[in-house]
Amino acid sequence: MSATLEIRGLTKRFPLGGGDRHAYVNAADDVSFELRPGTITALVGESGSGKTTVARLIARLHDPTEGTVLFEGADVSGGLRGKGLLRYRSQVQMIFQDPFGSLNPVKTIRHHLARPLQIHRIVPRAQVEERVHELLRTVGLVPPEQIAAKYPYELSGGQRQRVAIARALAVEPKVVLADEPTSMLDVSIRIGILNLMLKLKEERELALLYVTHDLASARYVADEMLVMFAGQIVERGPTEEVLQNPLHPYTRLLLASVPDPAEGLDLQHVERRPADHVVTAEATGCRFVARCPLAIERCRQEPPALLEARPHQSARCHVTAPEPWHASA
Amino acid sequence: MSATESMPQAPSAPATRAPAVLELRKLAVEYRLGDRVARAVDGVDLEIAVGEIVGLAGESGCGKSTIANAVMQILRPPAYIAGGSIVFQGEELNGKTDEELRRYRWRNVSMVFQSAMNSLNPVMRVGDQFVDMMQAHERVSKRHALANAGNLLELVGIDPRRVRSYPHQLSGGMRQRVIIAMALALKPELVILDEPTTALDVVVQREILQQFRQLKQELGFSVLFITHDLSLLLSLADRVAIMYAGELVETAAAAELAASPLHPYTQGLLRSFPPLHGPLTRLTGIPGTPPDLANPPAGCRFHPRCPDCVRDELQLYVRQTTERPVLREIEPGHRVACHLVTGDES
Repeated sequence: MSATLEIRGLTKRFPLGGGDRHAYVNAADDVSFELRPGTITALVGESGSGKTTVARLIARLHDPTEGTVLFEGADVSGGLRGKGLLRYRSQVQMIFQDPFGSLNPVKTIRHHLARPLQIHRIVPRAQVEERVHELLRTVGLVPPEQIAAKYPYELSGGQRQRVAIARALAVEPKVVLADEPTSMLDVSIRIGILNLMLKLKEERELALLYVTHDLASARYVADEMLVMFAGQIVERGPTEEVLQNPLHPYTRLLLASVPDPAEGLDLQHVERRPADHVVTAEATGCRFVARCPLAIERCRQEPPALLEARPHQSARCHVTAPEPWHASA
Repeated sequence: MSATESMPQAPSAPATRAPAVLELRKLAVEYRLGDRVARAVDGVDLEIAVGEIVGLAGESGCGKSTIANAVMQILRPPAYIAGGSIVFQGEELNGKTDEELRRYRWRNVSMVFQSAMNSLNPVMRVGDQFVDMMQAHERVSKRHALANAGNLLELVGIDPRRVRSYPHQLSGGMRQRVIIAMALALKPELVILDEPTTALDVVVQREILQQFRQLKQELGFSVLFITHDLSLLLSLADRVAIMYAGELVETAAAAELAASPLHPYTQGLLRSFPPLHGPLTRLTGIPGTPPDLANPPAGCRFHPRCPDCVRDELQLYVRQTTERPVLREIEPGHRVACHLVTGDES
């Protein structure tokens, strides 16, 4: 199936400040991937890896320094302003981490859902109320008549996040970017939001980007997985392949860090690294080298490229993905 | 319940068990909300042995942080201790003077809060904040306190020269480590961790917990670890207590709880985690939301959400919805409060 959204070489540099006009941090560096209809793509990595920056670049909340975003084949990355940008934003919606900060405390739930319907002229005025109820039912908030009349403070965190999802769906988008939508919710509530994402994917053929640091939840919902480290995608492939047979040492580190009730958190085998360690932008070679147990001399000198070391599975590593699989076959 | 209360306290723990550093007996804490009263902690019995890590898990609002605040003696109105007792190293805390409690806090029991990393003073160097804290509790010179601060930072994996840093120069994970170092500064017997790593990502979380467990082994303090992340507790704690709507519903050794959870709520919590390995099935989690503590349901407080509470067996159903289950020992060290679980002794 053709991609709804195609991201090519997306790069964002933020100035570091401090008087040096040439000091930058590479929040996103040459990031390329596609989002397809009816597919959930997980973007995973630790804090500061640049995953939120990528989502915000796609939503056009930041302008990219370099690279292009193609929406249904049309370039939407630069120069898109006014009506064109409004139309794009109605097609690509974002859900944020904090359901407490993303709703207006003095407005009812009805207001939050009716406004996008009116601004983007989704339905005639007479049908707005009916559509609001329909949206609330879709995200499992019933009875909709009662919920619509409530204020955000009257709802739990999980219910608020459902309202945020309903609001994103109001404009009938083709792409939804969900940035850590469950990380501020109770564990018992999270699974409900994940199930809702699966339902939306199946029923609405949405192209979903799920940004998270929780690998187990990514495995639960995602078809494809992108692993990000220090602004770069270091591994990508079908979720199950990446998680059961990871290529990149960073993916392996992330996997080892997940507490698994069945197996227990491996607290014995832990990489020792100074807590002060920072990845500098000027570093030559592989960005993961200082934390990598497999590092060889080449890693210090030459940055690895993202290579398809197994069919459909790529990694950026001199040791585990030295060449494309068809070259070695 | 009254029957168990009037019974003499039998030495329930086997002889090999280490003495308790902390004992909660029928602890009750209430919040006065206008003309209503919400009982956030309702008759909790919990013991923490010397050197033991006890995990306390439950959803938001179940009362787990209220227990921590009660142990730390930092409850503020509208919260107050409504009954029961907190016994620290054999001494009842109730009735202690403010000055005695001030010395007890931080020197005997210290606490790391969820957003503790934001509680550092932004305009003070990290080292000076150590000095402040230490001088509030002990007569030490600034030079001595600063040297001690450096050692403590090194313990938690931070360059001791960071005593000269301001908080904004440290990452979130490093600031949380600073707070942990501060919590250990006066060598307390008990450290309470209230969601200490929830705001951090998994890699940093694992590093901090690994370091913390090593420190525990070296320094020998006990830990009360509070989180809603049961999967984390099962891999870290010696013993786990599951809390629901102000009550403990199940306590057991961590391995035992992971292998054979008995309470439907514990089973539901465990079903809320998608597995990282093995077959993947659609999970259901726990339907519904926790009850309003000012007006909890009659009988078992979990019954409105319980998948195992059905009308098929009417007699049992009536019991579930009208009679409060009591925490009973089903197997040695494994206690459950559920009408469905039948132990040997009944």
